[in-house]
Amino acid sequence: MDYVKDIVKKYNNDRAFIISILQDLQEKTGYLKREDMFKLSKILNMPVADIYRIATFFKAFSLTPRGKNIIQICLGTACHVRGGDKVLLEFENKLNIQAGETTTDGNFTLETVNCLGACALGPVVVVNQKYYGNMNTSKVKDILNEYK
Amino acid sequence: MKLTSVQEFDNYAKKIKEEKDFSKTCITICAGTGCQAHGSLDIVNALSEKIKERGLEDKVFIKSTGCHGFCERGPLMVIKPKGIFYEHVKVDMLDTIIEETIINNKIIEDFLYRDPVNKERIALEEEIPFYKKQHRILMKNNGLINPEDINDYIALDGYRGFIKAITQMSPEKVIEEIKLSGLRGRGGGGFPTGVKWESSKIVESEKKYIICNADEGDPGAYMDRSLLEGNPHLIIEGMLIGAFAVGADEGYVYVRHEYPLAVRNLENAIKQAEELGLLGENILGTGFNFKLHISRGGGAFVCGESSALIASIEGKVGEPRAKHIHMSEKGLWGKPTVLNNVETWGNVPFIINNGADWYSKIGTENSKGTKIFSLVGKVNNTGLVEVPMGITLREIIFDIGGGILNNRKFKAVQTGGPSGGCIPESLLDIPVDFDELVKVGSMMGSGGMIVMDERTCMVDVAKYFLNFLKEESCGKCTTCREGIKRMYEILDKITSGKGTEDDLTLLEEIAEVTKEGSLCGLGKTAPNPVLSTLKYFKDEYLMHINEKKCPAGVCKNLTTFTIDQNKCVGCGACKRNCPVEAISGEKKKPHEINPDKCIKCGICYDSCKFDAVKIN
Amino acid sequence: MKIKVTIDNKSIEVERETTILNAANMLGIKIPTLCNHEALSPYASCRLCLVEVKKGNRVEITTSCNYPITREIEVVTNSEKVLKYRRMVIQLLLGRCPDNPALLKLSKEFGIEKPIFEVDEYDDCILCGRCERACREVVGVNAITFSGRGVKRKVEAPFGDYNDLCIACGACAYVCPTGAVQVQFDGENKIIDKWEKITPLVEVENCGQGIMTEAQINYFKEKFNFSPIIKK
Repeated sequence: MDYVKDIVKKYNNDRAFIISILQDLQEKTGYLKREDMFKLSKILNMPVADIYRIATFFKAFSLTPRGKNIIQICLGTACHVRGGDKVLLEFENKLNIQAGETTTDGNFTLETVNCLGACALGPVVVVNQKYYGNMNTSKVKDILNEYK
Repeated sequence: MKLTSVQEFDNYAKKIKEEKDFSKTCITICAGTGCQAHGSLDIVNALSEKIKERGLEDKVFIKSTGCHGFCERGPLMVIKPKGIFYEHVKVDMLDTIIEETIINNKIIEDFLYRDPVNKERIALEEEIPFYKKQHRILMKNNGLINPEDINDYIALDGYRGFIKAITQMSPEKVIEEIKLSGLRGRGGGGFPTGVKWESSKIVESEKKYIICNADEGDPGAYMDRSLLEGNPHLIIEGMLIGAFAVGADEGYVYVRHEYPLAVRNLENAIKQAEELGLLGENILGTGFNFKLHISRGGGAFVCGESSALIASIEGKVGEPRAKHIHMSEKGLWGKPTVLNNVETWGNVPFIINNGADWYSKIGTENSKGTKIFSLVGKVNNTGLVEVPMGITLREIIFDIGGGILNNRKFKAVQTGGPSGGCIPESLLDIPVDFDELVKVGSMMGSGGMIVMDERTCMVDVAKYFLNFLKEESCGKCTTCREGIKRMYEILDKITSGKGTEDDLTLLEEIAEVTKEGSLCGLGKTAPNPVLSTLKYFKDEYLMHINEKKCPAGVCKNLTTFTIDQNKCVGCGACKRNCPVEAISGEKKKPHEINPDKCIKCGICYDSCKFDAVKIN
Repeated sequence: MKIKVTIDNKSIEVERETTILNAANMLGIKIPTLCNHEALSPYASCRLCLVEVKKGNRVEITTSCNYPITREIEVVTNSEKVLKYRRMVIQLLLGRCPDNPALLKLSKEFGIEKPIFEVDEYDDCILCGRCERACREVVGVNAITFSGRGVKRKVEAPFGDYNDLCIACGACAYVCPTGAVQVQFDGENKIIDKWEKITPLVEVENCGQGIMTEAQINYFKEKFNFSPIIKK
């Protein structure tokens, strides 16, 4: 089962589609694994340095394993103006991690997103693709309990 | 079944129109990202089941459409052809709707839109002020089309503009028409589209590309998302016309990573167009070839900048390059490239179909046509509004937007995203147009319009945008990378109560160098939010610096919340909502906030209906 | 067909697409640079070489290292404005490494007395990219790269640790303008501290220094068909 080869084949081995390839790869393995990057370099005939550069430049990618539940907090302007930063702070306090980190028990990864386009619901938090709208600090505890 | 001639297409379109009986009852449900987040897909599924159960499939269509725009009231249901508008629809309302409205033709008052001011109920979509005052050209069909069905688009005269261009016009004539229309780029730059196309057309090259910029990075803006999700064929048609005019045979739509539904719907639309013969080789037997690809972004605001976007399509990092040689001459893979925003492409079929004359009658002298804005923030009717250029900010925010949330006072409206500026109340009557907005220190940008009230701190807003750009800067050039960092530090100092007036001088000095010395648009416009808030809200900055107070009650170190013992009636709302149990008090007796426990979140202030909670 | 360019009131005719920096050099006018190097492609990241360009009645501020001259222009390299911007660029860099000798030299040249920005993370590296370009464009092994973005941007080896791509040639140290990358020898090994690279040395007969790394020997063999003779 060479999933790396399969994914690259989907894009005709074209290194121009490296971002899409990495996205599909991360969807498969949860995060970008070091050995897969080296494999990719060989298959695409692309320097590892270039792949690493792209993987660390774009926010979509994680080179470290992520938690079981991914919490995304929208930091778009509309959400910010409605108090989104306070919601982020509350999540950080309750989980004892900063945005971009994963809890030590591997249960939660906290990430920020710059606008999901659901501004009417702001402040918005998404957990595993499920949307929670009209957020405020008092709702954070209950949401976390849903996934404990 | 591939159509191999224009005649075949005409026959096909005629047949589709006859089949799609738009006079039959059709329940449309918005399935844009916003309404989906509210659960609209569950509604579609439940409704389908119930209609089937009652054996009504022949009498009633169900259609899930793209974003209608009135996001505040979602999930939305509009029953065509009458246009009966039901808001905040839930699954448990469906039986009643089927029974009363579908079967018995009765309107259910309680489900209707209710005007927030005069409390009247309005039954028909077209009568609702939010829609009535708009001028919907691009967004019009979002409520009529199922984005997963190319035939819906064709039934509404889709691809007619492309056929007109390719059968009745020459590429030069098409460019002429776009130039005459006065169309200017809708992505933020406002560059005359016809001129841009022409500059690529005149370059001798066997290979040319056109690109659709669907990166839409401005936080708070989601117009392009709704167009791509709801009416992807409109964009495809626009690009077909552009490719024909410029002489390109290949195109890319660069879609932001955060828009999976737009990618899905676009992929599907491209596939259907290819199957029908509207994309690919020898389109409709005209000899014209055009292949369209989708390129996905990886989560980088800077990739909305044209040279960074192109680098990204080439499989490189999104680092902008100096534009001494324009993209229109040497762009993607070194070839002439025309890059336009989603909304710009969306305007093209209408201009070709209806003529430059028709288009140039809408808007102002130098800004023609309509613009879609995402009206968000502290406004009642949050959503997407399409208005003619020249309408005033006041009309958008108050007449269409319904005014400020919770009856608060308007403070400012931010346009242009992180490259733009804040416009104060005194300028609410300026006409919205490219040049007018620049004159007051802001810009049109992609169309994000964030409304702010007295509880928004303008220094905090400037800090917010700098924080955003600090993360999004590619980091290549010193002035942008280090300049934004240092400007942010100064603002952080000010909002923590440690700022001095000297800091403001330094802030302006750094701003000037960042603006002039940076490589790309991100760096060059990064100082705008700071400069515009300094221009109109200097008092607020000085209050943070000299009095160590934040009048909006946002900057925690400079804010205290107290309860006015004379005004408090002891309703307990603040106590109930306080997340850290910092408020004490008995029922019907004045309450008190414990300053040691208080985290300055302001929920008490927002909960109090008696104006008893005071800031500072 | 040559094009006339006037820099600080001195004129010269140059080939099309000559950069302003090169044209200035031809005229003996010195524009300060950090990220530019004659052996590498221009990158325009440091912004030190900013100049004023007059095109018609518009004045543009632009970097001179990568601006191709395609029509007659007038350039000013030392106006009040340009000097003001240059000083701010140096100050912004001093904010990373206030006692770096190369930056201190520049500070003196432009009359900067003391740094105005506080340092939160000292770093001699000013992210000019010369090392990365040398490794990629000249040596061609792509052992190091830029990673991250914005203030988190840095130059490192993929995954932050060493892989076998680096041949420890030291080209990166050779081109580094601030000394952030340095090569040291401890008798047996070649050490490039910044990349945490320690490589054993081999004695070689037909080489000036007499010592090379094994990776360098293989590199010469592969790329130039030239075999350094290892001392027995």
